[in-house]
Amino acid sequence: MLRAIRHKNILPAFSAFRAFSSSAKEMTVREALNSALDEEMSADPKVFLMGEEVGEYQGAYKITKGLLDKYGPERVLDTPITEAGFTGIGVGAAYYGLRPVVEFMTFNFSMQAIDHIINSAAKSNYMSAGQISVPIVFRGPNGAAAGVGAQHSQCYAAWYASCPGLKVLSPYSSEDARGLLKAAIRDPDPVVFLENELLYGESFPVSAEVLDSSFCLPIGKAKIEREGKDVTITAFSKMVGYALKAAEILAKEGISAEVINLRSIRPLDRSTINASVRKTNRLVTVEEGFPQHGVGAEICTSVIEESFGYLDAPVERIAGADVPMPYAANLERMAVPQVEDIVRAAKRACYRSVPLAATA
Amino acid sequence: MSFSATNFAQPRPVPVGIRSNEKSLSSDPFRFRFRGSPSFLGSPHSLRFNPTPPLKLAIPHSRRSPAAAVTDVSNGKMVKSSANMLFGFVLQLITKEEGLELYEDMILGRFFEDMCAQMYYRGKMFGFVHLYNGQEAVSTGFIKLLKKEDTVVSTYRDHVHALSKGVPARAVMSELFGKATGCCRGQGGSMHMFSKEHNLIGGFAFIGEGIPVATGAAFSSKYRREVLKEASADHVTLAFFGDGTCNNGQFYECLNMAALWKLPIIFVVENNLWAIGMSHLRATSDPEIWKKGPAFGMAGVHVDGMDVLKVREVAKEAIERARRGDGPTLVECETYRFRGHSLADPDELRDPAEKARYAARDPISALKKYMIENKLANEQELKSIEKKIDEVLDDAVEYSDESPLPPRSQLLENVFADPKGFGIGPDGKYRCEDPKFTQGTAHV
Repeated sequence: MLRAIRHKNILPAFSAFRAFSSSAKEMTVREALNSALDEEMSADPKVFLMGEEVGEYQGAYKITKGLLDKYGPERVLDTPITEAGFTGIGVGAAYYGLRPVVEFMTFNFSMQAIDHIINSAAKSNYMSAGQISVPIVFRGPNGAAAGVGAQHSQCYAAWYASCPGLKVLSPYSSEDARGLLKAAIRDPDPVVFLENELLYGESFPVSAEVLDSSFCLPIGKAKIEREGKDVTITAFSKMVGYALKAAEILAKEGISAEVINLRSIRPLDRSTINASVRKTNRLVTVEEGFPQHGVGAEICTSVIEESFGYLDAPVERIAGADVPMPYAANLERMAVPQVEDIVRAAKRACYRSVPLAATA
Repeated sequence: MSFSATNFAQPRPVPVGIRSNEKSLSSDPFRFRFRGSPSFLGSPHSLRFNPTPPLKLAIPHSRRSPAAAVTDVSNGKMVKSSANMLFGFVLQLITKEEGLELYEDMILGRFFEDMCAQMYYRGKMFGFVHLYNGQEAVSTGFIKLLKKEDTVVSTYRDHVHALSKGVPARAVMSELFGKATGCCRGQGGSMHMFSKEHNLIGGFAFIGEGIPVATGAAFSSKYRREVLKEASADHVTLAFFGDGTCNNGQFYECLNMAALWKLPIIFVVENNLWAIGMSHLRATSDPEIWKKGPAFGMAGVHVDGMDVLKVREVAKEAIERARRGDGPTLVECETYRFRGHSLADPDELRDPAEKARYAARDPISALKKYMIENKLANEQELKSIEKKIDEVLDDAVEYSDESPLPPRSQLLENVFADPKGFGIGPDGKYRCEDPKFTQGTAHV
């Protein structure tokens, strides 16, 4: 199925728009991340990679494949298994103007280093009153994979996004992955870059402009993946794919859903979300993480605060189940939002089904 | 294995036990210990402490550094003839200028901390304030050997490290008062002193947090020299932390990586025997911290941290090693804090006798005595230094009092280095649209 990718929100480095033919090149998210890292490392010798298995193993998920051979062991560092230690080392190096890209094998392991991400990286510019900036990127897969159990499946978007001083990005497609990673590496502030393991192998069409080495996406700007007029569905990372599928199903039933790919969790693009809700009057937020104090909670509150008068229905929040991730495949399927859940929520918001009293 | 100040051998595992009296020490002629007092001093409840250092520790073939002289002199032993004489001539450890510089720095540290206590009780300072009284020899001994480009990373007990590194007393005092003229414009406070100009990069409240950051700063120096080919990038990093931190995981992680990658860093342990109210001996399976260096393949040294000249000797060697690229050193400085952990600490658990013993080894009095006895300075000159520092501090307090509080607009500033934040550049447009932002030719 050829997804019509809207290019409205890509701000090109040059002003001319091109006609995009349908024979656009396809690229997996993995290739997108790899090429973004490659290009940024080649453009700026201060960029270096650090993490477990990023070098000789070619990356735990092969994201950093080929980079060790190209740039050598001084710029692609295989670290011992010491998240707290090497994250702190990355922060210290960033204090002195180097641009480390620290990889966590999964963001669950970042909990061992969270002190450095928040206390040494996020807060330093503030504590030093602007003297010390920290141009570091923390990247890695976030959220649930397939059957990896409770300790490897948590989504950290809400945790990091609540912290001032951090920028939190979460790409969906290859274009997002490339543009946002390049922007993150060039950014003078600490960026938490939340990827998704299950998306690494997915292919997306990319235009020639995306393949250009100076392509960058703005931080803090969401993208409207699909336009609609009946209900706004916000999502990030893998859930964007689910939301788009749900929108297809809803379209067949006569509900035109507008899907917003958040791209940036912090700063949240409140203006795009609110503008969309003011147009459609209904909101469904989708996320994979735990429901309490989640990203959806923040979006709902933002809409209620700013666009309450425009709402025709209560805001709907779809999130993962409020339990640690179970292992059994059928339970895991129930613990993560599925396309049907999104469809049901959208219909509830449109009063096309019996309204439920509480989350099912 | 321990090392004398003038000889750092490669570490080899040597069984070491805790000695509690000098007899066993002198029975082992090949144990070089660079210290002026017998081994591990801990809570008086478990070890016997002999206050008089066994001067007869004249081990036959010992290469006792002449720096051993200072504490011995201050303890009333006339050792000039044996210790100050090496190969038949008198070695002058420091020149008069160096001596006065060290003295002034230690006096500044001491008087500053005393002034902090006064200001705290008058309500001008608030929150957590951790004072450094008694440990000045470590700060002065190490930091006065550094260049301006070298880095210092500290903990919450960072006022004196900031002063030794060159941050003006005015800036530190205003920061403590929370005024806009402070070194961090009042946004950091007592525990978060940062000065980019003086390469003091914190000020970390969590113990162990500064160690990886310091290791990263050392890493950046190596990276600049080897990858970015900046030949002049030989800056060295000092990480200061306490005995309690030496039980923290991050400490070991960094010892490993610093030795693995041969980073130009010196890990300075200010072992003052107490982590708030927890005695080092109650918290640590093997209290001799310097031994943990050789376990990771780096030199581990123990030094008497109440003696600034000894600290300086050890520091010189360690800094030179780091600068020429031979990797890290772990230095354990045995020292003591005369005050409580912080101004809120009632300090009831420490034995007054222990405090008195260490008070007798006050590093400032020891240096004063050394300088006078070795005719490096007279009472008058030292008194004039003290007077000068008094004036500096009075000026600092007055300046801080008169400085304005931070304006309201400052609350939301500096969260991001990005001036307008959120990927928006100074001209109001998205940064990624600016051709300069996307500059750099990627050769792919």
